[in-house]
Amino acid sequence: MTQHANKENNNIVSGHKCVSRFFEDLHKPLNDLAAIKEADHCLYCYDAPCSQACPTSIDIPTFIHQIRTGNITGAAHTILSENIMGGTCARVCPTEVLCEEACVHNKRDNGDDPVKIGLLQRYATDHLMLSNAPHPFTRATESGRHIAVIGAGPAGLSCAHRAAMLGHKVTIYEAKAKAGGLNEYGLAAYKMLDDFAAREVAFLLGIGGMDVQYGKRLGRDISLDKLRKDHDALFIGIGLGGTNDLGLEGEDMTGVVNAIDFIESIRQSDDPATLETGQNILVIGGGNTAIDAAVQAKKLGANSVTLAYRRGAEQMGATGYEIDLARKSGVVIQLWSKPVALHGGDTITSVTFEQTRLEGGKLVGTGEKYDIACDMLLKAIGQKLKEPDLADLAIKGGKLVISSQYETSISGIFAGGDCIGSGQDLTVQAVEDGKQAAIAMDGWLKTN
Amino acid sequence: MADLTCNIAGIDSINPFWLASAPPTDKYINVVRAFKAGWGGVVWKTLGEDPPVINVSSRYGAHYNDSRSIQGINNIELISDRPLEVNLREIEQVRREWPDRVIIGSMMATVDESAWKDLAIKIANSGVHGIELNLGCPHGMCERDMGSAIGQVPEMIEQTTRWVREAVDIPVFTKLTPNITDILWSAAAARAGGAHAVSLINTVNSVISVDLDAMAPTPVVDGKGSHGGYCGSAVKPIALHMVAEIARSAETQGIDISAIGGIGNWRDAAEFISLGANGLQVCTAAMLYGFRIVDDMIAGLSAFMDSKGYRTLDDFRGLAIKNTVNWNELNMNFDSKAVIDQDACIECGRCHIACEDTSHQAIAFKVARDGKRSFTVIDEDCVGCNLCALICPVPDCIEMRPVKNDLPYLTWPEHPKNPLGEI
Repeated sequence: MTQHANKENNNIVSGHKCVSRFFEDLHKPLNDLAAIKEADHCLYCYDAPCSQACPTSIDIPTFIHQIRTGNITGAAHTILSENIMGGTCARVCPTEVLCEEACVHNKRDNGDDPVKIGLLQRYATDHLMLSNAPHPFTRATESGRHIAVIGAGPAGLSCAHRAAMLGHKVTIYEAKAKAGGLNEYGLAAYKMLDDFAAREVAFLLGIGGMDVQYGKRLGRDISLDKLRKDHDALFIGIGLGGTNDLGLEGEDMTGVVNAIDFIESIRQSDDPATLETGQNILVIGGGNTAIDAAVQAKKLGANSVTLAYRRGAEQMGATGYEIDLARKSGVVIQLWSKPVALHGGDTITSVTFEQTRLEGGKLVGTGEKYDIACDMLLKAIGQKLKEPDLADLAIKGGKLVISSQYETSISGIFAGGDCIGSGQDLTVQAVEDGKQAAIAMDGWLKTN
Repeated sequence: MADLTCNIAGIDSINPFWLASAPPTDKYINVVRAFKAGWGGVVWKTLGEDPPVINVSSRYGAHYNDSRSIQGINNIELISDRPLEVNLREIEQVRREWPDRVIIGSMMATVDESAWKDLAIKIANSGVHGIELNLGCPHGMCERDMGSAIGQVPEMIEQTTRWVREAVDIPVFTKLTPNITDILWSAAAARAGGAHAVSLINTVNSVISVDLDAMAPTPVVDGKGSHGGYCGSAVKPIALHMVAEIARSAETQGIDISAIGGIGNWRDAAEFISLGANGLQVCTAAMLYGFRIVDDMIAGLSAFMDSKGYRTLDDFRGLAIKNTVNWNELNMNFDSKAVIDQDACIECGRCHIACEDTSHQAIAFKVARDGKRSFTVIDEDCVGCNLCALICPVPDCIEMRPVKNDLPYLTWPEHPKNPLGEI
């Protein structure tokens, strides 16, 4: 384990300037001229496929039209009215498989480029958030009801904001020291520069009616029973707190780390140069977390970063764009490779892989094996629901069971985000879950 | 390669592309640059009697489309603000240096016979090929009883044209303002006064935009703005109409036409020629891009003519006039229906919403189970208005296909449902 280069500069730059030394914006934001040009590329479709592809149903043609007419604040309002974390989603959404994939320009004979919807969304939301404008939404008359939201991630914050907007008082209980969930702790630094997650939380809380209690972990500091007594309704947005193991001997060796924890250490570091990381890093997994970890490891200066996945590129959870990004960043991608043994003493030194193939739709080992040397192994093979104090709630397939109204098996307890099985584990889906759950809770509160 | 030479009012030109009387033709240096670029002629910026006028600072405003492309410019500049002698000496010099290019002297004066005649003679003596009467400026000069103040009164158009005809023996062009009710009155007056040609259109009176911070029309001059002259591609439809009316009306047809108004490329030029223009004048397009645009005007017009087998401009001049008719002469039995090419359709839905909201509810919108959106024309409801085909972002995706109904050509006056028709 070594500390990376540029350490001699530690005392001259600090905080986010240090972060930006390693991580540039993945997509450069549009300037005014580029935004107008890009907005003009939009056809202003009717009942637009892009809007339908957006989990939060943002009225995309309208907000782009508003950019075109110079009503940038109005554009931001259009976005945020459906997705209060439109700023984060503009940065991290896999638009290439959502709105931009649905863009009708793709259907042209000459395969015209889709409108850069993500960048236009960032242009509009940045414009509003960097201005001194007051919070764009107002709260309905106080309902006198008090909602508890457990978890200040995208789902919880979205739910809290909408509930506050509908007139309810909201207390958010967050286990960690900061709000934002994966936005703050779990997404690649190059997607969330300039402390954006924290700025967005501050923006969102600006509507009022909410308070956040930090360091309150469900099952340790708070309990569902107590919360139910103190509040009129509950929303659970705790995400997936546990991580999957490889199930191999030696996972306790030094250097074997959960990718999500690795990312958190980068995101929470004032100067990533001081982080203890490997020089030859092996990442196991095929999702966005694996890519985020691998690309950041490379950008931090690791000699080699290899990403190994037990199936092919088509089965990877990461989008084609993300896989390309990893390759272009210098990450070596080994497909059809399943880890079978970890080697090392106190510290990991290598991993043995067995090659795999599909036989009748089933993944099988070929018997051929090879080793990859490493001094750090990042596990990114999925997260799972930790079940502290959720015993009374129905759980299926490792996720909380909910009704069409986002209600769990216990009346008055609602849930959303990664801890339910609403679809892809995407920020934008969590925001939608939170919003819809708040609307459902509002309806529930009227009769309960 | 097609022959682009032309003759207007008896003046030969190597091509039909002249620069109109405006800032681009204000002085020796501009005009020489234009001739080097290939323009066939210029109409020198309007000359008046000394002392020269004084212009304000902040002179142009623009009308943009959404992508910041200029559709039109409005100007509040006056006529040449340089001494008459300076202009005349420069005209003489350019005439000597560029003998194969045309220079027309534009002029205006107060409504006084000797003023018009004296100035016309001075300009003619500089060696210009012809004189153009500026009877159109809709700002500034009209407040001094010149420009459109004359051009809006047919009797004064005729009078000033006659004065200049009497004073000089070179061709006379009368430049008409579009800021009138009927261009034929103006054109007929010019012809009655003896004009060899009419030049049209001059700029359209306009307020081009309001600066919402200054709360004043643009261009803003120290907190205030004035109406000005609108030009550029946005005014081309107005100019085409007025040229067509002059070309096809009994009282005006046959007079030479120097067409002006939004001409920016060879296609615009060909359209004006097809409606009878003998020559063309360009200004705004050159102000947007420089004189080099004439290259493609020449090459494009030539290629168009070659593709159609037109050897000279006369081969297609006025071919569209006979097809330009009054509404009452249109065939009421003609029917066309929109046909959407489903393979080319990109499913944007613009045709549907335009038809649904603002026309005839004749385009059905369905979403298949697999999410494919389809837009199909309901023939019974389609009136053949063209709106869908016009707004469709995919070229040639929506075709307006004529319906074969074997019905005879039937005009409204002949139509059985016309309450005023003959029974």
